[in-house]
Amino acid sequence: MSLYILCLVLFAIGLYCLLVKKNLIKKIVGLGITEYAVNLFFILLGYTRGGEAPILSKDTPITNFVDPLPQALILTSIVIGLGVTALMVAITVRIYEKYRTFDINEIRRLRG
Amino acid sequence: MIEFHVILILMIVGAIVAMELEDMLSSVIALGAVGIGLTLEFLLLRAPDLAITQLVVEILSLIILIRATVGVRMPQERIKGRVGYFIFALIFSAIFLFFSYKAIAELPVFGVPLMKMGSLYIKEAVAKTGATNIVAAIILDFRGYDTLGEATILFTSVIGVLAVLRLQGRKE
Amino acid sequence: MKEAGMTLIVKRITKITVSLIFLFGVYIVLHGHLTPGGGFAGGVIIALSFIHLVLAFGKEVTLKRISQTTVSVVESLGGIMFWGVALLGLFFGGYFFLNVLPKGRPFDLFSSGIIILCNIAIFLKVGAGLFAIFLGLALLKMPVEKKEGESK
Repeated sequence: MSLYILCLVLFAIGLYCLLVKKNLIKKIVGLGITEYAVNLFFILLGYTRGGEAPILSKDTPITNFVDPLPQALILTSIVIGLGVTALMVAITVRIYEKYRTFDINEIRRLRG
Repeated sequence: MIEFHVILILMIVGAIVAMELEDMLSSVIALGAVGIGLTLEFLLLRAPDLAITQLVVEILSLIILIRATVGVRMPQERIKGRVGYFIFALIFSAIFLFFSYKAIAELPVFGVPLMKMGSLYIKEAVAKTGATNIVAAIILDFRGYDTLGEATILFTSVIGVLAVLRLQGRKE
Repeated sequence: MKEAGMTLIVKRITKITVSLIFLFGVYIVLHGHLTPGGGFAGGVIIALSFIHLVLAFGKEVTLKRISQTTVSVVESLGGIMFWGVALLGLFFGGYFFLNVLPKGRPFDLFSSGIIILCNIAIFLKVGAGLFAIFLGLALLKMPVEKKEGESK
């Protein structure tokens, strides 16, 4: 129970960083922290106390596995997070080339 | 059991450090530290597939972020009127945590999940697909459409990056 | 004019470690149905080995070996192979994405039908795509060594 609360505290920190900071790079960092918190929350839901990793082995038959379904879903989500980060960094680099700053107040003022 | 809490608290401290540093390169490196803490957490939660993928994806996103922030020096200025934002964000976070505490009480207890589909997949993985890695059997055989969608998303993001940077029309 | 890339020690060590990283990535992909890993982790490791080459030797030397057209063709080939394997299930079995190849004994390398072909297709697509992203970002500005990055 307390693990879920700590995970949501991490999510709230990432959300705060995304909303309040004025630097574009800090916003990307905040979104990254939020993604880590969401992925961790799913895997915490599927943990069985005393379970083993879901891979069958030849020698000993193990029957107590952790839940493999959330792991399959989050594997997809981690790679998608990488694609989104790469696209955001590309757009940020182009904005820096044109406006010479990362501050969103300056960018709003120097229109055109 | 206490090791989960210890690594989570280290990740929270790393996230606060990444948020508050003023130099951009240092805050990106602190984000890398949070990612490696997440890798350790996945290993402790018995998910080795995810730990390998998270480690290499973290390294690659660190490379891309450092490429964007190296050598950039922002002028330091203190913007006045930040106290109002800070108090508003604290009140919002308190409301969010209160309602999420109410919602978490409905979830099953940590350590006893209800594995309605999971037990079905574990029973039939070797018989129906012949693979002994159950997670690989799920993402490529039982739920192949999701993997098809993810390959499409990666393809679209590569097209998007190359279109934004527009390499053809510029002279080097 | 200053030579591109890093110092001599880095270049010597890179010649050894690039082949080791490449081999490790291929191992993780091919054993995706027996041990943890799979196509996504292996593809990212292959992209990291090529990035290692670009970082150590400079981009002109590397682009003479692997041109940008090759990277684009390999990525499209991965996508076509994935769709082709899925349509194979439609033609030979009746359902899209059916597992039609023979499944051998468990714990063999070639057991589990269609899964190993899908892993190879994803490995080509992810590896080439991520390397193309890095090439796009690296060719945009001059590398920042002593001056701020200026580009046209």
